[in-house]
Amino acid sequence: MSFKDKLLSSYIALEDYLEFDSPLHDVRNTAIKIFEEKGFPTKKEEAWKYTSLNSLLKKEYSIFPKVENAIEFKTVKEYFLHDIDTYKVVFIDGVYSSFLSETTHDSLDVCLMSAALNKSKYKPVIEAYFNKVAKSDSLTALNTAFTKEGAYIHIPAHKEVEKPIEIINFSTGSEAAMFLQPRNLIVVGENAHVQIIERHQSLSSNEVLTNSVTEIFAEKRAYVDYYKIQNDAETASLIDNTYISQERDTICRVHTFAFGGNLVRNNLNFYQKGEHCDSTLKGITILEGKQHVDHNTLVHHIAPNCESHQDYKGLFAESSVGVFNGKIIVEKDAQKTDAFQQNNNILIDDKATINAKPQLEIFADDVKCSHGCTIGQFDEDALFYLRSRGIGLKEARALLMYAFANTVLESVKIPELKVRINKLIANKIGVSLGFEL
Amino acid sequence: MLKIKDLYAGLEGKDILQGINLEVKAGEVHAIMGPNGSGKSTLASVVAGKEEFDVTRGYITFENEDISELDPEERAHKGIFLSFQYPIEIPGVSVTNFIKTAINETRKAKGKEDMPASEMLKMIKEKADMLEIDRKFLSRSLNEGFSGGEKKRNEIFQMAMLEPKLAILDETDSGLDIDALKIVANGVNKLKNKDNAVLVITHYQRLLDYIVPDFVHVLMNGKIVKSGTKELAYELEEKGYDWIKEELV
Repeated sequence: MSFKDKLLSSYIALEDYLEFDSPLHDVRNTAIKIFEEKGFPTKKEEAWKYTSLNSLLKKEYSIFPKVENAIEFKTVKEYFLHDIDTYKVVFIDGVYSSFLSETTHDSLDVCLMSAALNKSKYKPVIEAYFNKVAKSDSLTALNTAFTKEGAYIHIPAHKEVEKPIEIINFSTGSEAAMFLQPRNLIVVGENAHVQIIERHQSLSSNEVLTNSVTEIFAEKRAYVDYYKIQNDAETASLIDNTYISQERDTICRVHTFAFGGNLVRNNLNFYQKGEHCDSTLKGITILEGKQHVDHNTLVHHIAPNCESHQDYKGLFAESSVGVFNGKIIVEKDAQKTDAFQQNNNILIDDKATINAKPQLEIFADDVKCSHGCTIGQFDEDALFYLRSRGIGLKEARALLMYAFANTVLESVKIPELKVRINKLIANKIGVSLGFEL
Repeated sequence: MLKIKDLYAGLEGKDILQGINLEVKAGEVHAIMGPNGSGKSTLASVVAGKEEFDVTRGYITFENEDISELDPEERAHKGIFLSFQYPIEIPGVSVTNFIKTAINETRKAKGKEDMPASEMLKMIKEKADMLEIDRKFLSRSLNEGFSGGEKKRNEIFQMAMLEPKLAILDETDSGLDIDALKIVANGVNKLKNKDNAVLVITHYQRLLDYIVPDFVHVLMNGKIVKSGTKELAYELEEKGYDWIKEELV
């Protein structure tokens, strides 16, 4: 049986347990039909030209998570930003871990999707927001059909969340191969502020494939600062589908740090629905071995007088493969749009590959849109300069990598996180420079 | 200290340097002058070990050791310093962090521990004061957005911190106004002693009013065609290079 068929028959089994009287049930049924019709994307589709899921889909995955696996805090401590100064929503193999989490209902909701789906007090929010910005592509639809667990975050109007929220998905080795589908819903009320860090982390060498969907709604004047840390084990693959809906005067920023994993596909979509929105999409990708990371971004300028800023830096060693497909759509009404996209790549070894494809579709006539894409090697003159000061080749390269990634790193607004990312980069390139940037 | 013997070097099979002979002893200041394209900067880069250039004949020794095959960092560890004509911008790495890394990498290569932070800070303060460098300047990203003068002053600051045995100043005077030139020259003179040497590469005599050379060499078409004392520099300033060309014919 193909993985697709297995999923379809699992859905039938799942249906028995579902909320029959809820409108959500229809949403699921519609979604599974979309998935059934479209199936998994293939390289024939333009958006998947450089990334194949074929080898991943051949594996025998277990689909439904079992009971909670206990993990001791000390074994996973390193993956948390902070012991105490964050809210945490933690899942182990897709199941909520109350032990590792620190949720709240005190003036804001940081809790679980499963609770939000089943408790009547959350019903208005679920009905107003759930699956309202997510696209109906096959992978998102698959996640929607199976929606069961994930983070549910609701920040009421004018609330400034005083500490970051961490969403962490651990996977353990208790199943041979695992298919996980977390579903997050984040609603940020008018003039509310929030910082969120999301991480997927495999704790074993067993295969795991995650198809994650996150919907973020920023109500007017809201501020959302979101960080994705992708530094997973080499047996872990991730398809991340993130959708951000921005009302007027909102600022939304997403930073993606892609250092690890086997195959990662980031579908990051911004929809600017009101005037004076500001969107930032930045990323640092550092790959080696046979790693494959595909950044597929969309900024959809629907309303006038908005800005978007994209800056993706990639460093590719050995036979790793990078893809950057950045699409900007400026609708006819989106006059005075200021859209900027930059994508710079360094190929460290001859066998490394980067496929870069900027796509601009502009239907308004009074806009400022620019994009720049570079692919190159290390600057020999810069290396010579550093080496002539006594800095060895390896360290000199590392210094240039830091310098290259710096424009992204310096816009990280959580100091502790910046330090962590510095360390991850140092580990990744195997050089410690003895200072933080 | 530095001996260059019958050196031929160049790019892609074409020799830019065509038989250089030069000896610089400890305590000396040498100036290399010459018209554009004569090979001055190539000579500086080859001595510092830029890999882009192929040495096709001859050799370079430093303190009686053949360094022709050494990496740039190994030459730096032995005490050779090149002040660049066009210093490279390194965003995100502050002047202070850069110089710390350079010093500690050099110490590591010599099997020494990192320089203690307090000692480093003291040294940075002392050298920055000597070159009239503002503290704020030190926390800026290396060379990023620096004016021409700031870049050159920063090069001499690095030289002061690294305390090389041989400093090669490649067109250090270009882009400097007279006040900046005096500060830079003054810094070089303060660092000068009987155990180290300076090789000044310049197009103009102006810098040599402040860094006074013991010897002046004229480089033309990849060869040293004339050597003399500082008076030769004045003569070149006055008469240009054409008379030497005529003399050679």
